[in-house]
Amino acid sequence: MPGKLKVKIVAGRHLPVMDRASDLTDAFVEVKFGNTTFKTDVYLKSLNPQWNSEWFKFEVDDEDLQDEPLQITVLDHDTYSANDAIGKVYIDIDPLLYSEAATVISGWFPIYDTIHGIRGEINVVVKVDLFNDLNRFRQSSCGVKFFCTTSIPKCYRAVIIHGFVEELVVNEDPEYQWIDRIRTPRASNEARQRLISLMSGELQRKIGLKVLEMRGNAVVGYLQCFDLEGESGLVVRAIGTACTLDKLSSPAAFLPACNSPSKEMKEIPFNEDPNPNTHSSGPSTPLKNQTYSFSPSKSYSRQSSSSDTDLSLTPKTGMGSGSAGKEGGPFKALLRQQTQSALEQREFPFFTLTAFPPGFLVHVGGVVSARSVKLLDRIHNPDEPETRDAWWAEIRQEIKSHAKALGCHAVVGYSESTSICEEVCILSASGTAAVLNPRFLQDGTVEGCLEQRLEENLSIRCGFCHIPYDELNMPFPAHLTYCYNCRKQKVPDVLFTTIDLPTDATVIGKGCLIQARLCRLKKKAQAEANATAISNLLPFMEYEVHTQLMNKLKLKGMNALFGLRIQITVGENMLMGLASATGVYLAALPTPGGIQIAGKTPNDGSYEQHISHMQKKINDTIAKNKELYEINPPEISEEIIGSPIPEPRQRSRLLRSQSESSDEVTELDLSHGKKDAFVLEIDDTDAMEDVHSLLTDVPPPSGFYSCNTEIMPGINNWTSEIQMFTSVRVIRLSSLNLTNQALNKNFNDLCENLLKSLYFKLRSMIPCCLCHVNFTVSLPEDELIQVTVTAVAITFDKNQALQTTKTPVEKSLQRASTDNEELLQFPLELCSDSLPSHPFPPVKEHLESASSNSGIPAAQRAVTVEKASPVGDGNFRNRSAPPCANSTVGVVKMTPLSFIPGAKITKYLGIINMFFIRETTSLREEGGVSGFLHAFIAEVFAMVRAHVAALGGNAVVSYIMKQCVFMENPNKNQAQCLINVSGDAVVFVRESDLEVVSSQQPTTNCQSSCTEGEVTT
Amino acid sequence: MTSELDIFVGNTTLIDEDVYRLWLDGYSVTDAVALRVRSGILEQTGATAAVLQSDTMDHYRTFHMLERLLHIPPSRQALLIERYPGPARPPFLSFVGGYYAFDEAFVREVLGKKLSKGTKKDLDDISTKTGITLKSCRRQFDNFKRVFKVVEEMRGSLVDNIQQHFLLSDRLARDYAAIVFFANNRFETGKKKLQYLSFGDFAFCAELMIQNWTLGAVGEAPIDPDSQMDDMDMDLDKEFLQDLKELKVLVADKDLLDLHKSLVCTALRGKLGVFSEMEANFKNLSRGLVNVAAKLTHNKDVRDLFVDLVEKFVEPCRSDHWPLSDVRFFLNQYSASVHSLDGFRHQALWDRYMGTLRGCLLRLYHD
Repeated sequence: MPGKLKVKIVAGRHLPVMDRASDLTDAFVEVKFGNTTFKTDVYLKSLNPQWNSEWFKFEVDDEDLQDEPLQITVLDHDTYSANDAIGKVYIDIDPLLYSEAATVISGWFPIYDTIHGIRGEINVVVKVDLFNDLNRFRQSSCGVKFFCTTSIPKCYRAVIIHGFVEELVVNEDPEYQWIDRIRTPRASNEARQRLISLMSGELQRKIGLKVLEMRGNAVVGYLQCFDLEGESGLVVRAIGTACTLDKLSSPAAFLPACNSPSKEMKEIPFNEDPNPNTHSSGPSTPLKNQTYSFSPSKSYSRQSSSSDTDLSLTPKTGMGSGSAGKEGGPFKALLRQQTQSALEQREFPFFTLTAFPPGFLVHVGGVVSARSVKLLDRIHNPDEPETRDAWWAEIRQEIKSHAKALGCHAVVGYSESTSICEEVCILSASGTAAVLNPRFLQDGTVEGCLEQRLEENLSIRCGFCHIPYDELNMPFPAHLTYCYNCRKQKVPDVLFTTIDLPTDATVIGKGCLIQARLCRLKKKAQAEANATAISNLLPFMEYEVHTQLMNKLKLKGMNALFGLRIQITVGENMLMGLASATGVYLAALPTPGGIQIAGKTPNDGSYEQHISHMQKKINDTIAKNKELYEINPPEISEEIIGSPIPEPRQRSRLLRSQSESSDEVTELDLSHGKKDAFVLEIDDTDAMEDVHSLLTDVPPPSGFYSCNTEIMPGINNWTSEIQMFTSVRVIRLSSLNLTNQALNKNFNDLCENLLKSLYFKLRSMIPCCLCHVNFTVSLPEDELIQVTVTAVAITFDKNQALQTTKTPVEKSLQRASTDNEELLQFPLELCSDSLPSHPFPPVKEHLESASSNSGIPAAQRAVTVEKASPVGDGNFRNRSAPPCANSTVGVVKMTPLSFIPGAKITKYLGIINMFFIRETTSLREEGGVSGFLHAFIAEVFAMVRAHVAALGGNAVVSYIMKQCVFMENPNKNQAQCLINVSGDAVVFVRESDLEVVSSQQPTTNCQSSCTEGEVTT
Repeated sequence: MTSELDIFVGNTTLIDEDVYRLWLDGYSVTDAVALRVRSGILEQTGATAAVLQSDTMDHYRTFHMLERLLHIPPSRQALLIERYPGPARPPFLSFVGGYYAFDEAFVREVLGKKLSKGTKKDLDDISTKTGITLKSCRRQFDNFKRVFKVVEEMRGSLVDNIQQHFLLSDRLARDYAAIVFFANNRFETGKKKLQYLSFGDFAFCAELMIQNWTLGAVGEAPIDPDSQMDDMDMDLDKEFLQDLKELKVLVADKDLLDLHKSLVCTALRGKLGVFSEMEANFKNLSRGLVNVAAKLTHNKDVRDLFVDLVEKFVEPCRSDHWPLSDVRFFLNQYSASVHSLDGFRHQALWDRYMGTLRGCLLRLYHD
């Protein structure tokens, strides 16, 4: 019995009128946790009831604490008939279960009803008393921290990155149970919401247990998804990366700054280093001398497409890893040995992270992906979800073998997804094959390695581009050159990855969003036949998506893709493919060649003319793009190339001439006898279409940039103005004469128009960049295509754009070290000086400042409430008092990024993971489908913000809308929508505020806000 | 390919001022798109007509949603900020401000009218007369009504109440206070004689009257909060109106009237360009001003206050071409001289009446 949950219901406000006669409501509240229910008194005739209840106490196992949500139901008392439910609030109490996060959940929560939406608000205070349980065989995993962020959270340092954790739980979907035929839609929706809440709690607990087993204390890059399999059930699955994190005392030093005097470091007892060799050999591995080999992922993926169906699961092992060692020399062998020993014990050496501590990523091989088509069947025994587990295990195995074939022992930027249509399900997994630095993977510390790393950093800035596989034994034909940066290692001509651009990578010019879009018609079929048809189509789709990406990349004059995400969606009669990535020009990689068009019938004069016209157009576009994205790679001077290697000299000369004229390049490339040169053969109308579609992509208007990675490569001077948004579009295809081409055009237009609308809408923010642009395609019905986009627009300062000579890493390293020095110099008393003006004072102080605020609206007659409800009301009041509103207390910020520009995250309060269903039977009255969905999404935002505020946070980072399932039936005037969102609740402090307080004291400030106790006393 | 659904939801609500203006003015989506195209926005931004259509639709939908929230009981308006927060406070306030903003031409039509269904029916005519779209008229009328209903039942400063409950700017809150005050007292403003007066003139007078002639002005706290007291700032002080009858003595008592006249004339001799006219008209003017005061006990006469003032004072002076400076001299002297009348005992009452009236008359005195 290791936990006591305490809940107090304080008050309600803005309740709906439930009694038409009196225009009032007799409200009371049911508080339910597990099987225990408490009730408040009925507060008669009020829309703003003051229950001011006693503390309801639940004595529960910590296992239940993790699994169960706190369920609060607001009802209207009715003497003669059954009580009417007004709405519900589910509160996830997980954030209260680990020590550093929130200590109390307190605030105004929107009361939500699946039919009516938000109906007023309720003020609740929740606390947990946790008793330490030393039982080794416990089933709970309290204390494991969860982060959605796919990088090491900003105020932590990774001691060890353990690796992949996954889990899935299955259940019957209440919507498909027999009982659903007799119960109300509301009851069915609520059953679903409750079940999913319960399942995610259970899932999180189980993942936590695995983390504890691995001796980690946190999960980073936690991604939880729902598969609504319809008749066959409901699957909730999650993946993440287990880590041992250590809280940094200085938020500035997000790097593992080992010499920082962090007192909290001691909290985690470092294990005896089991592998003393690590230090001596690991970091000192002279990567320069390696003779690794490589692969451009282009041709690779083509190969992988052959194994894309579940039928042909043939891992191509033995290609890379085994033979690579021979060439490598002793150092490399050692490195390999070590990393392998570190990774070997793991079933899947996968990492869901997309950004890494410096030095973590050694080499990147390319994108690996696997797909499999499955037929869903009923899950007979929910407690043993073996089939689903086996399916994913199969896919992961395939990914692992692909990585091996690329000479890589790990996969980073790993993610999994599904697409379901009727009883067919496509499982997809993708990631980036990579070679990792073993230092982070093993138990051991990185003390005293800072200097080493700095040194190393200089040498391996281009290191991640170097090929990890054997040059002589390449897994696929590729075109290798010497690295343009160090001139010593081989690099591929293009590089595709699913990760964010490493901070230490040198990029020329700016990046841009590149998308490949594709539709394929498919015959309607049943079961097996359908699955086979899809399986047969998949490889072609992958190949085409890939060609499109490659062509568009060339057209932009760039040579690498980051954040690549290929989504294949299955519908009744078609397959859709959408790939998004951010293209950049990596300085280490060769200048990309142009695109050459070749006709089939060269003798026809007019035809030839047409071809040459097209060719000219393409060349113009490339030139224009180079200008637009400021891609002007430095002319490679002969002196630099005067390196002892004679071969590169020749080559660089060749390449130099290439940069002058792209036409020549293709010729050169062709003369190289390279099979994969970028020649587009126009031999039929299809190909003609392809070329046209290449040229129809309009670049964003000037002042706009877009990318799907966290931030735009090449822009560093962000201002603090951010605007997060969600946009949804559904189009209906005219069912007549649907051809692949028409379909492609429709889909292309849909995406392009959507982007154009975004640019238009956000034009007031210019100059700005759309970051983390995330497209999701679904096919809700036969002729409907739904595209959902989430992104954040960030403005940047154009004037400073050029002064970015130093890489961020260098800067932060410097800053970290100076911070530390200053920390030592400043006496502690300064700490107290800085407190009163702290922009986000902790809870109690906040209340005081709020209630002393004189501009309190007269409408707030409920004086008692204000006393009883510290946080939420304080917030509310500050916001609503119009004339003298405190500008620093704004609305809770939301962003899909892991950081907030111009601000420091000082504390992570816990994960936000919410699932909502909204249904209406009066679609027209609510403004049609658009009005309905718009209102629902706005409500979801409001609820997320309320929950974050109740935890004491002022922002949610890494916010993502993972699912938005929309179904309509206009004839019946009905619609239903399911939305699943998640993110990390945080406390942030504006950098400008910090500077005002004391420009040299970010460290003390952080501490004061992190450890609340100090301040409030 | 037809668009079934098309939405854009921001973490903070973006409001395009131009589209908002069009919406407030009551244009349909089609008209708004046409007007935006004409403004040359497509050329400026390089957008397509489809993009503009989608953007306009989206904004209109957002405004409708915000409007719904604006209409819920105003004490809940904080919800609006919580549900649809603006990127910063000022734009949000300007949204509410924009919604509650009104057209001068419209407000002149309904000022002082009962904010009832009957008046609402006349909106058609007002719309044709003023050229303001019916939609916009309705919004403005409903705004007046909404504010009226809410502050009607509240105590305390009218302006403060409006400002806090509707998140309006100081300027707008003052205007609404005037509108509410006029509607409550049903002052006649529509007569042909009064057409030369602007809303600003009336609002100025309303503010003076609220400050001096209402219960709230005296600062008397209601003795029993539960009693059905008059609204502090909206109703004129009944007792004060009763007392005003006492002023009648100033014109009824011939000696007093003569004495008053001679005092004023002595003081103004040589200082007034229109001295002779003043001298000739003094008794008429004085009778007019005092009789207006004495009649204010009847509701009907209260309504006609402005008509009376214009008829009895503004018009006679104007026909004699008094310059404004002379009017000011005269009124100052006229009210000050009463203090020297030994037989007159209602000095405080006189000051309360004349102080406000003088301000009003000076404002009303123009072409």
